[in-house]
Formats: sequence, C-alpha cells, structure tokens
Amino acid sequence: MVEHGIHATQAVVTLDVPLPGIIWGWMITLNMWAKSIGTGVIIVGAFLLYRHKKEEMPNLRWQMPLISFIFLNIFLLFTLTDLHHPYRMVNIFLHPHWTSAITVGAWMASLFTALVTVMLVIGYFDAHPYTGKNWKLAKVARENSSFYEKIFPFVVFLAFPVTLYTAIIMAEAAARELWQTPAEVMQMIWAALLAGSAGLIMISGSWSKESRKDLALVLAIATLFSFLMYMGEYFFSFKSAEAEATLAYVHSGGEYNAEFWFAMVLGFIIPFFLAVRNMKEDNRTLLRFAAILALIGLYLAKDVWLKIPQMLNLS
Amino acid sequence: MKLGFLVDLNLCMGCKGCEVACKVENEVPLGSWRLRVKYIDIGTFPEASRSFTPLRCNHCESAPCERICPVSALHYLENGIVNVDSSRCIGCAGCMMACPYGAIYMDPETNTADKCTYCAHRVESGMMPACVVICPVQANIFGDIDDDESHISRYIMEHQGAVQVRKPEKNTIPKHFYVGGGNQTLNPLAQQRIEGYSLFNNVTHLKHIGNPHESVIDRFLEPFETEEKLDNRSFVDFDNKAYEGGH
Repeated sequence: MVEHGIHATQAVVTLDVPLPGIIWGWMITLNMWAKSIGTGVIIVGAFLLYRHKKEEMPNLRWQMPLISFIFLNIFLLFTLTDLHHPYRMVNIFLHPHWTSAITVGAWMASLFTALVTVMLVIGYFDAHPYTGKNWKLAKVARENSSFYEKIFPFVVFLAFPVTLYTAIIMAEAAARELWQTPAEVMQMIWAALLAGSAGLIMISGSWSKESRKDLALVLAIATLFSFLMYMGEYFFSFKSAEAEATLAYVHSGGEYNAEFWFAMVLGFIIPFFLAVRNMKEDNRTLLRFAAILALIGLYLAKDVWLKIPQMLNLS
Repeated sequence: MKLGFLVDLNLCMGCKGCEVACKVENEVPLGSWRLRVKYIDIGTFPEASRSFTPLRCNHCESAPCERICPVSALHYLENGIVNVDSSRCIGCAGCMMACPYGAIYMDPETNTADKCTYCAHRVESGMMPACVVICPVQANIFGDIDDDESHISRYIMEHQGAVQVRKPEKNTIPKHFYVGGGNQTLNPLAQQRIEGYSLFNNVTHLKHIGNPHESVIDRFLEPFETEEKLDNRSFVDFDNKAYEGGH
C-alpha cells in the first residue's frame, strides 16, 4: 500500500521551464502525406504497366506524372514553408552534410521531381497532339517521346528511397523513441502504396475492369497492413518506457485518441472492406469513396504519429 | 583535447546563478534557455527533500543533432565542443527533434537553432564558461577529460561509481557528467509535472525583439524588411497599454 500512498519512485518537478510543445506540426504531416501520393502513384503506376497493356489505361501515361508532379510540389512547398529560414534551403545544396537524411532526401526528391516533370511534359504533349503545335517545348518533347520510357525505370527505382527517407529522418531523431526505423520504413511503404492506389483510382474511370481490380487489390492490402502496423505499435510498444509514455497520449483518451481511431476505422478498416468488395463487383463510385476515405485516414494517422512523441518531456 | 563538464549535484544549491550568467553572457532571449536549473521535490512531508539539477547541452561524442543537421550548422570543434553556426542554420528544427536531452531551442530573434556551446568564444580566449565562473559553490567543473591530471578527470576518478550521464542507453556518449544524481533527478520519466511548475508559460515578446509566433508569410518577407531603428526615444514612447496582459 505504501507505494501508492507516497511517491516512492516518482519525483515532482516544482520549478522548470515550460515544455517546448509541438515543433513539427501539420505542415510536416501534409509534407509526408503529399510525398506518399507523389511517389506512390509512380510505384503503383509501374505495377499496373507491368500487369496490363497501356491501352487499358489510356490516360495513365500523362496523368500519373501529373498527379505526382502536383503532390511533389505540395510536398516541396511545405518543406520550404516549414523552415524558419526558407531562403537558406539553398545551403542544403551549397553546404550539404551527407550524414543527414534531410540532405540526402532533399537531393533525391529534387532529382525525382525534375524527372517527373520531364515525364509530364513528354506525356502531356504526346497525349495532346494538337496542343502547342508551334511551341518549341512541345516540339522537343514530341521528338524525344521515347525518353519517357527510358527514364521511367529509373524514376520508379528512385521513388522508393524518396518515399522512405523520411523514415530515416525519424530514425535519426534519436529523441523520439516511438519512431523506430523498421516500423517507420514499413509504414512509409504501405503509405505510398495506399496513397498511390488511391490517387490512381481517381483517374481510373475509363480504365479496364481488370486494372481497376488491381488498384482495389493494392488499396486493400495497403490499408490492411497499415492498420496492422499501427495496431502492433499501439498495443505492443511496452518494451520501451519512452514509447509507452508517448503512446499514453493516445491511450488515455482525448483529441489524439479520437483522431487515431477515426483514422483507423474510417481511414483503413472501411476502405479495406470497400476495396475487397470492389474486387468482386466493379463500382467506380464506391471505389473512389474508399480512396478518399483512405487518404483522409492516412493524413490523420500520420498526424497523430508525428505529434505525440513531441509532447513527451525529454529532460 | 576533449572538453567535458561535470556538475556535483551534492553541492548545487539551486541559486540559478549559472542560469543568469549564461543568459547574460550569451544574450539568450526571453523564453529561451541554454542552461536551466530544474527543481525536483522527492518524498512526502516531513520526509521531503528538494534537489536541483542544472541541464545543458551534453556535447555528445556521437551527437544526434550534428548527424541530422543538413547543412553542418551544428558541428564539432577540435576540442569536442558541439558548436552552432547560426548564419548557416536553415531552421528545419531537425536538431530539436534529434536531441534526446531537449537542449536545443529555436531562437525567437534569429529564427535559428541555438544551444549551450560551453561558451566556446570564452574557451577560445582561455577563459572558463560563464556558468563555471559564477557558481558560488564550485559545483560546475569544466576541463579537459583527455588530460588525466585535469581537475575534472581527477574528480571523475575520485567519484568512480557515482558519476552518471543522462540517458546512456541512447548511445550518444555525453561529455557532461553528474555526481550525486539519481534516477529521480536525471530521468524525466521518473518525474511528475504538476500544473503550476513553470512561471514562464506566457512570455510576450516585444515587437522589436522578434516574435516566436511569427507567421509563415513573415518568414518569406523577412529578408526584404528593413529593421526599425531603435534609440532611447523609442523606449520612452513605448506604448505599454498595447502589451498589457503579457509577462
């Protein structure tokens, strides 16, 4: 009983400075979320092109890089905006420090975005032969149409490290015990597959049933394994005292608990069942609804996982 | 040469002299601390005691902040000090996320990461860090831990078995040691924070010394803004009413 009557093992802080609070906020959540879409559509797009003839997916060649381009630019914009000195971003290129995953990631993401832009330009002008007939850019793009197929394997290969480097940044954030490399790497991969399939579902209205079925399959697998990963971490992180103390911000109820379970149920479980159903019975509207829910859920889950470790007192 | 720091918590009396000296020496802005002294109460009345723990950068041999910094703004000096080059810092806050000791802050005036540098500028001139000089009970011991004859090395040898570092499991190899500390003073997870422990929750920054809550747009406009010239007149004309309610 005495151990409950007095603070036998716990001291009380009676004077200290306030805790710094959340440093990486919604902009970093949005950054990771947008990057998952930007890289995921390339990875899932490559899978579809491997499985199906491109005639089954007529707009994929230019709309895949278009979605990737838009979301990569959202990712880059919020990366820049979150910096306290945005113009000094150039220092990453002028004074790179290669042990930092931020540096390696920034270089890879810049190269990736540049290559996706080239693919978009070629893909767009190929798909719209009457657009910009007198433009020099359109002429050069059409003349080098085969360049798209040449760089595509390299872009697919690059999409993996670009989507994963944030997991290494989180691993380098030694202060945050919740973020462990193997778990974060797997979460990022599932996030890319989820976001990529969801992104492509939006433009798959005119595609063959079989290709849409494959998209539903990828979405189902990605939502299921994302859910299982989060459940594993939510219930079985008790080996580390810091991780357990961090998860207490979710376990104990409150806004993060609500946000987390909202993400799990509406973002992962419901889209999983909708996607599985869609594999048997083709319903474009329902599949799009599942994709939207999955994207919302992914954002919320990432938001909770990013913020709760920052609430823990470190010293 | 490898510089290290040792605090004998048996001697520290919580006067906060080191905290103030650090603030003055390094012009640390309001609401930010390179060094702070934490008060921790242990036990229940009448068997209660209070301990004081000065907390600063550990200048780790394997510093996560140095590793994660994308532009080498955080870098090692030859003497082992983990130094900051604020002119290079991009303000990504990666170091703040990486430091397991919460020792890095974002300077609200410069919008760059900053932390204790063991007063590297003083050390370069052959002086001791400001917090060492000011300590009335010589609880702060600073010196070369590569030199077996230095004061700090001898102190460590004399207190073998009682010398501790914070969070050794993080493998950061800190070069900041404590004598007389325990789990309750050095492990934040062994401490409760009951509301009211901090006097500094609502720090209001005056416009001319920077704003920690500056908007995103301001960050982009900052290089194009001209600084308001300050003279004695501007302080005389200062509108106190506009800042009423702050601390």
